[in-house]
Amino acid sequence: MLISLVVFTITAHAKTWIVRPATPLQKLQEAINNAMPGDTIIVEHGVYREPTIVVNKPLYIKGVGCPVLDGQKKNEIMVIKSSHVVIEGFSVQHSGYSGYNDIAAIRIVNSRNVTIRNNKLDDTFFGIYSQHAVSCTIANNELRSNAINEVTSANGIHCWKSDSMQIMNNTITGHRDGIYFEFVTHSTIKNNVSTGNVRYGLHFMFSNDDAYVGNQFRNNGAGVAVMFSKGVTMVQNIFFENWGSAAYGILLKEISDSRIQHNRFVRNTTGIYMEGTNRINVTQNVFYNNGWALKIQASCNDNTITQNNFQANSFDVATNGTLVLNTFNSNYWDKYEGYDLNHDGVGDVPYRPVSVYAMIAERNPVTMMLFRSFIASLLDKAEKTIPGFIPENLKDDQPRMKAFK
Amino acid sequence: MKKIIKYVLLDLLRNRIIIAFTVFLAVISFSVFNLEDNPSKGILSLLNLVLIIVPLVSIVFSTIYVYNAAEFIELLVSQPLRRVNIWLSIFTGLASSMCVAFLVGCGLPVLIYAPTDVGLMMTAMGLLLTIVFVSIALLASVLTRDKAKGIGVAILLWFYFTLIFDGIVLFLLFQFMDYPMEKPMVVFSCLNPVDLARILILLKLDISALMGATSAIFSNFFGNQWGMAATVLIMIAWAFTPLWWSVRKFNRKDL
Repeated sequence: MLISLVVFTITAHAKTWIVRPATPLQKLQEAINNAMPGDTIIVEHGVYREPTIVVNKPLYIKGVGCPVLDGQKKNEIMVIKSSHVVIEGFSVQHSGYSGYNDIAAIRIVNSRNVTIRNNKLDDTFFGIYSQHAVSCTIANNELRSNAINEVTSANGIHCWKSDSMQIMNNTITGHRDGIYFEFVTHSTIKNNVSTGNVRYGLHFMFSNDDAYVGNQFRNNGAGVAVMFSKGVTMVQNIFFENWGSAAYGILLKEISDSRIQHNRFVRNTTGIYMEGTNRINVTQNVFYNNGWALKIQASCNDNTITQNNFQANSFDVATNGTLVLNTFNSNYWDKYEGYDLNHDGVGDVPYRPVSVYAMIAERNPVTMMLFRSFIASLLDKAEKTIPGFIPENLKDDQPRMKAFK
Repeated sequence: MKKIIKYVLLDLLRNRIIIAFTVFLAVISFSVFNLEDNPSKGILSLLNLVLIIVPLVSIVFSTIYVYNAAEFIELLVSQPLRRVNIWLSIFTGLASSMCVAFLVGCGLPVLIYAPTDVGLMMTAMGLLLTIVFVSIALLASVLTRDKAKGIGVAILLWFYFTLIFDGIVLFLLFQFMDYPMEKPMVVFSCLNPVDLARILILLKLDISALMGATSAIFSNFFGNQWGMAATVLIMIAWAFTPLWWSVRKFNRKDL
């Protein structure tokens, strides 16, 4: 009750400022300087060309009719240096570009509970940049840029040393990395769409205990990269059409104690690439029509791959050694040719998902030109009968006869 | 010429082996699509049919047909007809009847169950391979007078194109592993119509995998419109070079 009383008194005393072109109050920065903490600033339709706007007190700043904040390709557009700020309904465009400074369209610095929602960002260097931020929400924004290469472009949503961030329902396209996390913990990335970025759709390093739910990563230069983290949860994401010699649905490097569940990997060159990962559960995912569904290097340990559907992939699993410390169990493999005499839905002979041609192509990539030729299938058949080349222990002892629904 | 084509074609379409071949293709294709719940897996099973069985039947049947028609050909040659016309009519009749057999037996089920890019490409490649191997068969049969030897040569050629050639290429690829083999590999594939057909189908079927490590050659040569047109042109060249050569041989042949 005390809280509601405080909120009531604050709202009772809060004043509303209206910024409008061709009136005495036509600069947003002037309104911010005049306002008291807790005030509301309404910015009406128009184009505002101001030097970097600094928000240094808790304010609710709302754009009506999508007012444009233009950085004129010179400067950073807005810096938020206070907690409890809400920025809503702006069109932010043409930020500066710099080879040595991280210039952003909207930057959050050392603040808590900042909300940035329903904005449109166009032609920006970094889009939304948070450093040392806690419990901020970045939602329903549309970020668009026109990156050409990795050197001259920057990330869409960039978080550095932040905690408990909520990043939801954003659309990011044409940046270097769609979403970039470094030293970010306990955060949620939910229902975002990250497509057509030059490097990664999602890139994160040293970020523990984060959850990625229901996102779509499509057609990014190198897919998604997840590195040097633990306690990562990836659920119900879609990884679609990430094509190229170094493109992956997900690249996992030095990840441990994580969960990858209910995701769909469709038409990627490589669905999941695992290197030096420990104790990851890959369960109930769908791998459909990928070049390689799963590349699991010999440096991976104690990972469990179970109850996944592997359908219409060129190769199901590839590896680079004979040491196998991971468990494959109860998956559905559409290339399984065994039988089920007791009709319990589980095949009676184990399935070896690594085909000899996958091993050959791994060693000598040009041989992909002979893929599916008569001689290639002869080699595969011979190897299936007497395994000598493929890792003996990489097998699924209980392959399913029918795909999981 | 029209008359001879008509005669050869009618004779062939009533031929029991052609009908059996059509039925065989149809039975396999329909059962493959009915057994698999996923049409793309059915396509994969049919791939071997198109790349192995269709060339085999085309080449062996055409060779045998030409030998069996030796007396008919002699009769025609004794008439005031140009030899080129006789030979081309036999080729046209053979190629079109085999194509009809393939279209009905394999093309139709594919178009019914899997009318995708892959299915269309596979049907087109099956037709081209049929024509190529009929033309190679004509060359084989004009080169040797002895029937048994001719059929032997035909089977050997089939064996070479479907298996031995790829074996040699695989061997070379591993022998010269340390060298850039992408460009030679493109040349190698052009030397074998079966490989060309397979690669064109792969481009539709396994595009995700092909965009991987070997993307450079695939996207640069086979992947774009011009590469694809060039590949189809090379296939057509494969169909007509042996034919042209056999025409020359037939013109000078002492029957």
